[in-house]
Amino acid sequence: MIHVHALTKRYGAKLALDDVSFDVQAGDVLGLLGLNGAGKSTAMNIITGYIGATSGTVTVDGHDIAQAPPAAKRVMGYLPERLAFYDEMRVREYLDFVCDLKKVRVGRERHVAAICEKVGIAHVTDRVIRNLSKGFRQRLGFAQALIGEPKVLILDEPTSGLDPAQITEIRSLIQDVGKDSAVVISSHILSEIQSVCTRVVVLHEGRLLVDDTPGNLGRTAKASHRVVARIQGDPARVRAVLSGEPRIEKVRRTAQGEADAYEYLIEGVRDQDIRAIVFRALAKADLPLLSMHSGETSLEQVFLQLIAEQS
Amino acid sequence: MLAIVKREFRAYFRTPLGYVFVSAFFFFSGYYFYTYNIYGNTTNMSRLFELLFPVVLFLVPVLTMRLISEEKRSGTDQLLLTAPLSRGAIVLGKYVAASLVFLIAISATMLQALVMALYAAPHWPTILGNFIGLFLLGTALIAICMFLSSLTESQVIAAVAGFVVSLFLMLVDALALVVNQRLLQSFFRNVSFNRRYAPFSLGLLELPHVIYFLSIAALFVCLTTAMLDRERWG
Repeated sequence: MIHVHALTKRYGAKLALDDVSFDVQAGDVLGLLGLNGAGKSTAMNIITGYIGATSGTVTVDGHDIAQAPPAAKRVMGYLPERLAFYDEMRVREYLDFVCDLKKVRVGRERHVAAICEKVGIAHVTDRVIRNLSKGFRQRLGFAQALIGEPKVLILDEPTSGLDPAQITEIRSLIQDVGKDSAVVISSHILSEIQSVCTRVVVLHEGRLLVDDTPGNLGRTAKASHRVVARIQGDPARVRAVLSGEPRIEKVRRTAQGEADAYEYLIEGVRDQDIRAIVFRALAKADLPLLSMHSGETSLEQVFLQLIAEQS
Repeated sequence: MLAIVKREFRAYFRTPLGYVFVSAFFFFSGYYFYTYNIYGNTTNMSRLFELLFPVVLFLVPVLTMRLISEEKRSGTDQLLLTAPLSRGAIVLGKYVAASLVFLIAISATMLQALVMALYAAPHWPTILGNFIGLFLLGTALIAICMFLSSLTESQVIAAVAGFVVSLFLMLVDALALVVNQRLLQSFFRNVSFNRRYAPFSLGLLELPHVIYFLSIAALFVCLTTAMLDRERWG
């Protein structure tokens, strides 16, 4: 559905995108993951035809976005990162205008009503956009992208600024539309990508680092050789017991959790699950283990890890 | 393109801008109509149309200042530029909408002619010629000022740049008299809006002048489209 080939974008001396290629099939939900400034929005802006690429090609449903923009844009719905509306318009009027732009004529009334129902703005269609809350504006942006039943949906940070309940709603909506269209979502939140995407592309400083399934990326991110544990007892003893284990490399006390109990960051040999080892060692020494979870690796750490692996 | 015309036209009258523009024009043309036609007791409207020249030059930049700059500032251009229509259609849609508002404003003169027709017999061909001239002048200037609006994100800068161009167009006849270089002289004389517009207000519909205003409009509509394209590839 979307075919991105050797995409490069240069802003003066800065290389925003460097030879990025990937494909998205119908039924795929592709997550573009990266830190701020990694090139996610640039890639999306090029795919949607908002800006041009320095070199490389993008074809959407067989139409080249640079050669035949109207044909390519006709099958696309786009939710930009920076939402902007004509604030003086009413919701209904705005969606009508988008229908005009996308040349949706037959059954427009029903189509718009169905979309409003789906994204939960059916009761605010008479409101002036200026008076909408952030959550409703985001939903309106989503509704606007869905008009014309696009085969390709480009969603730039679709859940930013929403509350947890709304995030869940939007996620299930994405999964719903992802069944028969090709969807590209950008985010800098790993868990978000993991929960909705079937594939993940990681960008870092304009380069493509990984094109993989979320499961595989998750394994990298959730390193079980690193755990955070809350242990009761004398810190010196805890350290002595744990350091005595051959497969544990590092023990660091991080915070005092409760009276008489501390939190420790325990690191083992790489690619080694140390949870059972920690448990047994502490049990043998009669040091109560109050809680233990695998050390959350932040996205930054995943990147550093990925970059390290690359070089 | 029709979608853009519709939205843009509505936007003019959803905000005070459209009303202010139309009423300002009605005010000036009403004032001149009163002083020259009613008070002067004549059906000859040529003087009125002549006096509307500077009014058009000063009001049009206000009409066009937000056309493209505001879209760029607020980010609403993203929707338009990712919709399945060409950049040319977007620019043309905006241009047509502004021209329609201008047409409504200058229709004041037609109302005045109709009022006169109740009591006397105005010379309709002359008035019509005048009206066409005023419309061509306005639409050419709208295209220029729309182009200026596409160069900046600030409405104020777009308006000020428009005033500068207008002022230049008013002074250009005088400039032709003070420079002594042949080439510059003929350039200033030929570029002058006033020299092209004057025959219309005498009731003369001369083809070269019609073509001049039309080509200025076409040129700047194309330049505006090119400007949007340039930003895409920049």
